[in-house]
Amino acid sequence: MSEGASFRTYFEVEGEDRSRLGAQVGEQRRRVAARLAEIRNVVAVMSGKGGVGKSYLTAALALGLARRLTRGVGVVDADLKSPTVARLLGAAGPLALSPEGVRPALGNENIRVISTDFLLADGRPLRWREPEHERFVWRGALEAGVLREFLADVAWGPLELLVIDLPPGADGVADVAELAPSLKGAVSVTLPTDESYQSVRRAMASAQDAGIRLLGVIENMSGYRCPSCGSTEPLFPGSAGSRLAEDFGVPLLAQVPFSAGAVEVPSGLLDRFLETLA
Amino acid sequence: MKFLCVNCDEQMTFQERREPGDGTFAAAFTCARCGHTIALLANPMESQLVRSLGVEIGGRTLDPEPMALVRENVVGRADAFAAASSTPQSATRNLQSPPTWSPEAIDRLARVPSFVRGMVRKIYADYAAERGIAEITPAVMDQARADLGLEGM
Ligand SMILES: Nc1ncnc2c1ncn2[C@@H]1O[C@H](COP(=O)(O)OP(=O)(O)OP(=O)(O)O)[C@@H](O)[C@H]1O
Ligand code: SF4
Ligand SMILES: [Mg+2]
Repeated sequence: MSEGASFRTYFEVEGEDRSRLGAQVGEQRRRVAARLAEIRNVVAVMSGKGGVGKSYLTAALALGLARRLTRGVGVVDADLKSPTVARLLGAAGPLALSPEGVRPALGNENIRVISTDFLLADGRPLRWREPEHERFVWRGALEAGVLREFLADVAWGPLELLVIDLPPGADGVADVAELAPSLKGAVSVTLPTDESYQSVRRAMASAQDAGIRLLGVIENMSGYRCPSCGSTEPLFPGSAGSRLAEDFGVPLLAQVPFSAGAVEVPSGLLDRFLETLA
Repeated sequence: MKFLCVNCDEQMTFQERREPGDGTFAAAFTCARCGHTIALLANPMESQLVRSLGVEIGGRTLDPEPMALVRENVVGRADAFAAASSTPQSATRNLQSPPTWSPEAIDRLARVPSFVRGMVRKIYADYAAERGIAEITPAVMDQARADLGLEGM
């Protein structure tokens, strides 16, 4: 090339990329949209904070609603590195391939479940086949890709509800919203404490900034339900649930006590949750 | 990503993609006007970045298999996916739908020069379909080449 040769730049060169990268990403999005077209409601369960009961409540909502909704309920375990919800639902691998895609594992109440729990060997962490060096460059892309395939390549069939159990933090829900534009919104989970309030408030603000509809707040571990007498005793101080609901102008869907024994939720939560979808 | 032939001021067209098996890939683009060809040589990190997006420079030769990215990239348990042939659905599938391609077979097909790739793909697909083979793997490709006397393809 002679010195000072001028040439056009990307947007000045008309026509589709012959690398076809953009076209393939577009095709990936169409696959997700086509799969989710059969699902009436896609809802994420989020929290800024870890260990507050996102997975427990995802399982409880799914179990409670699967008994009520005839069209079927599915659960995506988006906590790729620390998958827990599949076991709470009684779902296990191996996954079967079918012409329509990968068939989801079936949990209690016929809940359809996909999770890295079915892929990883017992007690082994999520690892990628590629050499570890410069992993930070591509790890995020791979994680989003796994989530995309969990949405697009699973033969969910027609469902009334698909619940996505997110890892702790504020970013997960925005990733899901980008992959699944049909996401109806997010339910936020908090403990009663002020510390939890601060953390969940940030996550809810971040979701709101990303244009995600906030469906409501569940305050978990609001007291302790005694298994012998059934009375509820205090557990944590604070009222983060009602404060967050007020801050964001969304319903406080429930205050769920810590209760030993089987996963369960108050029926009022199921009613109110269904109302937010209506 | 576009490749511009600066001399002709024309977007170059994708010619072929190669994966030598050392974690890198190469992609050749040609100017349709002057015939000049250039090769994009990606290092392992760049190659992995493209793979992580679930895309291939120049486009996929075949529709990706369900969960191709998961199956190619996650170090998982060996029995995570039930063998397709042990599920009742795949039995009917053999009769009704065309055979699928394993990720390794797709990669190998991608190394076939583009101007004969369509023909080569059809030969393997017909071979598998006629024999009720549900999935085309490199082993199936080797067998097909031996059976059909196609050494060198
Ligand atoms: N209301 C409850 N009653 C009884 N046990 C509960 C309740 N809520 C949560 N748990 C238990 O508390 C633990 C933490 O809950 P869980 O794993 O659901 O939290 P998480 O927010 O999903 O955590 P992570 O951020 O790690 O994903 C689990 O053992 C769960 O079964
Ligand atoms: S609430 Fe406490 S005191 Fe009452 S029955 Fe339960 S454990 Fe006993
Ligand atoms: Mg969890």
